[in-house]
Amino acid sequence: MDLINIKHVNKVYKNGVTAIYDLSLKIKKGDFVFVIGGSGSGKSTLIKMLYREERPTSGEIILGGLNVARLRNSKVYKLRRKLGIVFQDYRLLPKLTVYENVAFALEVIGAKKEEIKTKTLKAIDLVGLKAKTRTYPTELSGGEQQRVAIARAIVNNPKLLICDEPTGNLDPDMSREIVKVLDNINKEVGTTIIMATHDREIVNEMKKHVIALKDGRLVKDYEKGTYDNEIV
Amino acid sequence: MKLFRMFGRNVRDAFKSVTRNFSLSIASISCISITLIVVGLSLIISFNVDNFTRTIKKDVTVVVFLEQDTTKEELESIQKEIAGFDNVESIKIKTKEESKKEMMAESEVFEATMETWPEEDNPLRDSYLIKVERIEDIGDTADKIRKIDKVEVVDYGEEMVERLVGAFKLVEKITIVIVAILIIVTVFLIVNTIKLTIFSRKREISIMRLVGASNLTIKIPFVIEGMIIGAIGSIIPIIISIYGYVAFYEEFDGQLFSALIKLVPPEPFIYLIAIAILVIGVIVGMFGSGRAVRKYLKV
Ligand SMILES: Nc1ncnc2c1ncn2[C@@H]1O[C@H](COP(=O)(O)OP(=O)(O)OP(=O)(O)O)[C@@H](O)[C@H]1O
Ligand SMILES: [Mg+2]
Repeated sequence: MDLINIKHVNKVYKNGVTAIYDLSLKIKKGDFVFVIGGSGSGKSTLIKMLYREERPTSGEIILGGLNVARLRNSKVYKLRRKLGIVFQDYRLLPKLTVYENVAFALEVIGAKKEEIKTKTLKAIDLVGLKAKTRTYPTELSGGEQQRVAIARAIVNNPKLLICDEPTGNLDPDMSREIVKVLDNINKEVGTTIIMATHDREIVNEMKKHVIALKDGRLVKDYEKGTYDNEIV
Repeated sequence: MKLFRMFGRNVRDAFKSVTRNFSLSIASISCISITLIVVGLSLIISFNVDNFTRTIKKDVTVVVFLEQDTTKEELESIQKEIAGFDNVESIKIKTKEESKKEMMAESEVFEATMETWPEEDNPLRDSYLIKVERIEDIGDTADKIRKIDKVEVVDYGEEMVERLVGAFKLVEKITIVIVAILIIVTVFLIVNTIKLTIFSRKREISIMRLVGASNLTIKIPFVIEGMIIGAIGSIIPIIISIYGYVAFYEEFDGQLFSALIKLVPPEPFIYLIAIAILVIGVIVGMFGSGRAVRKYLKV
């Protein structure tokens, strides 16, 4: 079953730059997808359209039965509750502990206290940060901070976890660790994962579904793909 | 239930935010305090004015003297005419015989002189004693009566009444203008305070959006913060109003200049004023923060 169905999507930014040309693709439930491509190839644009930060100029994006492209601004929060989003720069709140940062995602959608506690602890455990629950982000390594961000993204059991270069600020070892955490979530919980990345080693090692973009066009869509130098 | 839970969190956060940006909040709070002191003062004045215009209304009588040769029939028909006027509450006839008796009873000198007057040759005039409904229109009513045939003199202590009513009206107008200006300045300051809170919490807001907080959830803490600023700003004005008015009332024994102008007794009046100040403070705070949220928190 397809979780995401993208049909003939074009994206032209206000300044006239076309970032995505006639993109069509499907992503299955439970899939782990790498989105690869050079700088400016449109990876972030595609990801932003998935969580409705940007709207396609034309075409359709159906995500879990929701027509994302047509979603009104006031209803975007409904989509966001079904997604987890992770960025290169972690986006944690420095004045909150690890626990509070993760719990924040549930608090602001009005979850019950007991529910917040059990879900938060479970998510922190899943990313392997149990020992750092009461620590502040500034006292953590980059890799650990990114794991907090992942815990926050999955705490509400989203169907889809979207990551835009989650390893972009990390050294190779930490990057591998982060991808392992994501792979673990994908296997244990069954969360569908889409990860934009530049990191060729990781892509080659993992042998996952690879979508390659070049200058806004889909150039490769392989079930068990690698980072292909000739194309990208 | 869910709303209630989130409300508690919001109030807590809003208090934290007010104290965190205290130097900033203090500007809004002082401004709203000054505004509310003036609001409280003008409320106290206007309620008192209302109160003693009502007392004056009870006491001010338009006295109408008729010409010497007015007959009893004319006396009654003119009475009916005046009673039909829009502003006339009551009209009473006082015949010259009654006036004579009254004056004789009042002073011995009068008694001595008037005793010599023959019954059919009374130099006094028949008159009406009239009460009006709206004291501010008393001049117009007097003019209307003056135009009636046979009416000679209309007297209602016009100087005093008109000057008093005029002064009250002027005071009211000035305070309305001052309050309006102060409220505009306050709203402007609150908009700025909330704007800075919004900017200082940009990161938090963007994360809230990311994880799917509803628009209402994002907006409400800022609106509550405005309301809290308004509520804190009303504390000093409430204290000043209560203690100030009670002291003033006691100092003047509950009346101003003469027994004619009675002050409103402090209880429960002053508590109503306190509630009004609090409510106005909270509303102004809410209005200012609402504007800021609409302007700087595009959701
Ligand atoms: N907000 C924007 N307004 C205008 N043009 C934009 C905007 N965001 C991106 N672009 C343009 O769209 C194209 C695709 O950008 P995008 O950020 O999607 O690339 P990317 O694949 O994520 O690159 P990188 O690997 O460097 O992150 C680029 O040419 C970029 O300049
Ligand atoms: Mg990018």
